[in-house]
Amino acid sequence: MTTTSVRPVYRLTARGVLAGEWTKFWSLRSSGITLAVSVVLLVLVGMIASASYDPSGGGGGPGGPGGGASDAVGLVLSGSTFASLAVGVLGVLLAAGEYSTGMIRSTLSAVPTRLPVLWSKALIAGGLAAVTMTVGAVVSFLIGSPLLPDAVSGLGLGDDGVLRSLLGAGLYLGLVAVLGVALGALVRSSAGGIAILAGGLLIVPGLISLLPASWSDTISPYLPSNAGGAIMSVQTADGSLAPWAGLAVFAAYVAVVLAAAAWRLTKTDA
Amino acid sequence: MIEVLEVTKRYGEKVAVDRLSFVARPGQVTGFLGPNGAGKSTTMRMIVGLDRPTSGSVLVNGRPYAEHAAPLQEIGVLLEAKAVHPGRTAVSHLLGLARTHGIPRRRVDEVIDLAGLGAVAGKRVGGFSLGMGQRLGIAAALLGDPAVVMLDEPVNGLDPEGVLWVRNLLAGLAAEGRTVMLSSHLMSETALIAEHLVVVGRGRLLADTTVAGLIAQTAGGGVQVATSQPGLLRDLLSGPGVTVTSTASEQLRVDGLTSREVGAVAAGHGIPLYELVEHRVSLEEAFMDLTRDAVEYAATPVLQEAIR
Repeated sequence: MTTTSVRPVYRLTARGVLAGEWTKFWSLRSSGITLAVSVVLLVLVGMIASASYDPSGGGGGPGGPGGGASDAVGLVLSGSTFASLAVGVLGVLLAAGEYSTGMIRSTLSAVPTRLPVLWSKALIAGGLAAVTMTVGAVVSFLIGSPLLPDAVSGLGLGDDGVLRSLLGAGLYLGLVAVLGVALGALVRSSAGGIAILAGGLLIVPGLISLLPASWSDTISPYLPSNAGGAIMSVQTADGSLAPWAGLAVFAAYVAVVLAAAAWRLTKTDA
Repeated sequence: MIEVLEVTKRYGEKVAVDRLSFVARPGQVTGFLGPNGAGKSTTMRMIVGLDRPTSGSVLVNGRPYAEHAAPLQEIGVLLEAKAVHPGRTAVSHLLGLARTHGIPRRRVDEVIDLAGLGAVAGKRVGGFSLGMGQRLGIAAALLGDPAVVMLDEPVNGLDPEGVLWVRNLLAGLAAEGRTVMLSSHLMSETALIAEHLVVVGRGRLLADTTVAGLIAQTAGGGVQVATSQPGLLRDLLSGPGVTVTSTASEQLRVDGLTSREVGAVAAGHGIPLYELVEHRVSLEEAFMDLTRDAVEYAATPVLQEAIR
């Protein structure tokens, strides 16, 4: 520039990228809708499972983590499987949508250092999912446990492990959203990302259970959704990891995929 | 200033850009010309770091693009018509970009007005026409008040009024001392606005020249003469470095002499002339000539071979 007129001084900052991504997140209708759907699924399925639970008939509620549980927390969190899909899809769309629409070229032209975009998306999706899902889990518990038959109710928020399970559900689902972002950025396709997400969280555990019992019993606790789901049980079930150990294993899965996404983002053409 | 230095980009076997070098300087409009598939868009993507050159380097204002503290203030770029999420409004699209650099909301409104998008600022981009999309892209390019403005086919899809608007806008930006570069496959359009021309074909530099230079280079189109005595005139004009061809019964085309020289010879021998015209090649023809061998997707009888 040869002009001497005063030009404003702008700066590209990590905080700015976060603010930009925040604006981008809320300016898409699908973001708010998906987030709301996740909460509704978590609460509604929990309510239904609680209300229809028959203590004599064995497991109530749908399968997945918490499914077949016979304690109050496990039952009210029956919706976590559906909620995990919803928040995971939210994450995938947030990242892969940039590629399917061509928006990524605008985004990376503004942020040529690239990585701050991925961190910001992960932080926003993970943070929002964690907060809303924690709230959803607590609401589920408060609404769901009075609906339970006397045989299984009787747990209160103050009881051992209850608050940890509810908070853990929020943390787990927050990490699922981060996993979604990482998968979306890694495969750059909404359909592909969602397929891998659903496959990894829901289908693989089913397939592993088809293996000989000695194998599946060994592998099963370490599968992503089983490991992550451990935090949502008040009492550690047989053949399940301890709550925080399980969440740590799940976090490790997420970290690996996120690292792969970061590698692809910086090393390949946009 | 944009400096492209010996840049090569390969996609597998295909060489999209082949040892390309040129400089786009501040204060002037650089036209980046070439037929479709010449490597223009790839080069522009490499300038803003979206694609990494296989070899060579690109500098924007003296540095690799990603190393700038405020990239949007260094270069504003319009790449494809719609590098926009269709679900966002024009305002939120620009705001999302602006916030990364701490650019105030006021500036977003400014560029929206500048691009004539005031009436549709709150509408979702998915419903935009091609021309409105182009205007939004140009608004985004101007967002950071950049020292360099680079636009890929900016007049694509614009109505005549929009074309005029872009032309005036770019001329104004260059007059302010900014570097302006635009790509096009249309010589006629580019010659109206650019003074500096970079012509590429098949990823290679074909010409780095000025509009005036290209005109001078292509002026040697010969002289068209009509006379009642073509045979005599032909004999008189023939000589070393001069070729005379008969184009019609009373017409000759003379290469190697100016119209003035031809006229003098004819007058000296009392030969009446009905027509004496310096035949000029149009810029468009010159461009076609320059890129003829480098056209990627030409209409050729390849089809026959394909059918066989």
